Amino acid sequence: MADTFTVNFKELAKRYEQEPEKLARGHRLCAGCGAPIAIRHMFMAAYPYDVVISNATGCLEVSSTIYPFNAWRVPYIHSAFENAAATISGVEAMYKALKKKGKIDKNIKFIAIGGDGGTYDIGFQALSGAMERRHNILYICYNNEAYMNTGIQRSSATPFGASTTTAPSGKKSFGKLQPKKDLTAIIAEHRPAFAAQASISNPRDFMTKVRTALEKEGPSFINVLAPCPRGWQYPSELCIEIAQLAVDTCVWPLYEVDEDYRWKINYIPKEKLSVRSWLEKQGRFKHLFSPKYEGVIEEIQKYVDREWDILLRKAEVFK
Amino acid sequence: MQKFDAFTGNLATATALKQINPDVCAAYPITPSTEVVMLYSDFVANGEVDTEMVTVESEHSAMSACIGASLAGGRVVTATSSAGLAYMWEMLSVASGLRATIVLSCVNRALSAPLNIHCDHSDAMGAKDTGWVQIFSENAQEAYDNMIQAFRIAEHEDVRLPVMVCTDGFIISHSFEKMQYIDDAEVKAFVGEYRTNRSLLDFSKPEAYGAMVLPNYYMEFKRQQREAMENAKKVILEVGKEFGEKFGRTYGFFEEYMLEDAEIVFVVMSSAAGTVKHVVNELRKKGNKVGILKPRVFRPFPADEMADALKNAKVVCVLDRAETFGGEGGPLFIEVKSALKDIKNQKVVNRIFGLGQRDFLPQNVFEIYDELKSNDVMSFRYVNVRE
Repeated sequence: MADTFTVNFKELAKRYEQEPEKLARGHRLCAGCGAPIAIRHMFMAAYPYDVVISNATGCLEVSSTIYPFNAWRVPYIHSAFENAAATISGVEAMYKALKKKGKIDKNIKFIAIGGDGGTYDIGFQALSGAMERRHNILYICYNNEAYMNTGIQRSSATPFGASTTTAPSGKKSFGKLQPKKDLTAIIAEHRPAFAAQASISNPRDFMTKVRTALEKEGPSFINVLAPCPRGWQYPSELCIEIAQLAVDTCVWPLYEVDEDYRWKINYIPKEKLSVRSWLEKQGRFKHLFSPKYEGVIEEIQKYVDREWDILLRKAEVFK
Repeated sequence: MQKFDAFTGNLATATALKQINPDVCAAYPITPSTEVVMLYSDFVANGEVDTEMVTVESEHSAMSACIGASLAGGRVVTATSSAGLAYMWEMLSVASGLRATIVLSCVNRALSAPLNIHCDHSDAMGAKDTGWVQIFSENAQEAYDNMIQAFRIAEHEDVRLPVMVCTDGFIISHSFEKMQYIDDAEVKAFVGEYRTNRSLLDFSKPEAYGAMVLPNYYMEFKRQQREAMENAKKVILEVGKEFGEKFGRTYGFFEEYMLEDAEIVFVVMSSAAGTVKHVVNELRKKGNKVGILKPRVFRPFPADEMADALKNAKVVCVLDRAETFGGEGGPLFIEVKSALKDIKNQKVVNRIFGLGQRDFLPQNVFEIYDELKSNDVMSFRYVNVRE
């Protein structure tokens, strides 16, 4: 198995104190939002490299570049919602062209960022295309499980039973009636250089994955869980804790798939918590605790158990 | 030095591109523009050019990749038609708004439905207000010459706008014609090196493209785009003149054909101008004072210059190869009529022809002319259609 890159966290901590952050303070994301945490960790892990960022339309984008202000201390392009992967493909192609012609000698890395709406749904085609064309890029999906920027509409990343503004809970509905799409696995089937799931609650794991992806030649994909206090309805200070509960309940397992299709689970909880402990902390699942929708939580538990079991078996077979 | 050979419109475009050797080409196949990229891919495969090809999964991604590539500081080209241009539509405005100097070969084809793969201008006309410079070509020669000039116009520091070079699908794209082509080195010298001081790959001066701009600044961005379009007028003329001095074929906003003393004037773009020229030659033999104004540049629209050129015409018949369905007439008619609004005692009428490549024959032009000469001229009608 290809080695996972080892990050020197002591060195990182020192750098963090000395160097200005590449996502500057003053951006307008909410308190308790997981997205900027993910991006700051991403930059820390990417520190040896000059990176160009392609950002999809979304919370992170509208909150970080309100003209004439700009929170990004790196070259940055946002062109539309569904095309961060296609846009970075073009940037990377120009880099290759200019390098070939001797007009540029720097070693540059290319990172595209999108929310789950811009990645799972409307940007899915562009992402799949970029993976298939094997551009030397890293795509990071900061996943908050709904269209938060437009006001909490359901996406294909929204979990079964969650209440959103376009799949609300009501007298006849318990919210979203379908389970989420398993995008990380779908991208893994593109045989990228690296595909992984991560969570902002486990920064060392996430940062190691970012660095590992950047060290590899070819396309990489990281799906990082980044809770949203508005959409998930939790007090801001619980952001990390809720992400951690997703990991400890196996709602959001941490794993990676390398270029040889070796599946590796990065974290197996000592004691797998019941989904109830994750659901009960979030307003978007509040309705599931009323007697009216009794049984839905058990269904969610069954689904999570089944998915976790599938992952364990994959990791066993594709060692 | 120039040589003659037989070229299709698509081969003419691909040949110009081969001589220019852009840094990146991101494209997606669609009839009838596909061949431009097929021919170009051969040049890449045989090492005749060193362009990075990004063979994307859709036209939306083609334009997105072109935008990324252009802003990363190099020369970028793509080609498309019809539904492909429509699928790019969102990104066309982003390209011009971000001032990406992309050149697009638009091989004109009708929009669906009903599905039709043949020529009309509904694709390009659907994009007329997206902030792109639009240049229309009558034949393979013009497709070639316009493509070479397009990069100079797009990349000029006072312009920095994307340019669309339009060529009629099939009629031009797939027909062989005799064409004069220029020596590789001379084309390269004319187009020159790509220059920018705002590259995404320049870490000494990190650029942020595509900020969110709220009502307090948005209009200034749009105002600058309009200014760039105004500047494009000057640059288009300069480049067209320099091209003429170097290669013998001078280009302006439009071609004036037997216009000077013409009382009846046809305004017609692209390949159909060739048909009308033939008819005008015949009519002139019989002493009729008839001429043609063939627009080459549709955006920026040269309204003042056109008004001046048409000030003595008694009847102006605008031939449109596109519809606006409920507008005053075809898109070219609306522009021309607006340009001529202050001219007294002049009749401006509109004829819609050739949609989905319905035949437009000399006979049709003779019939239109007969009507224009009569005292009973309809202001609008379809040509060669079952009523």
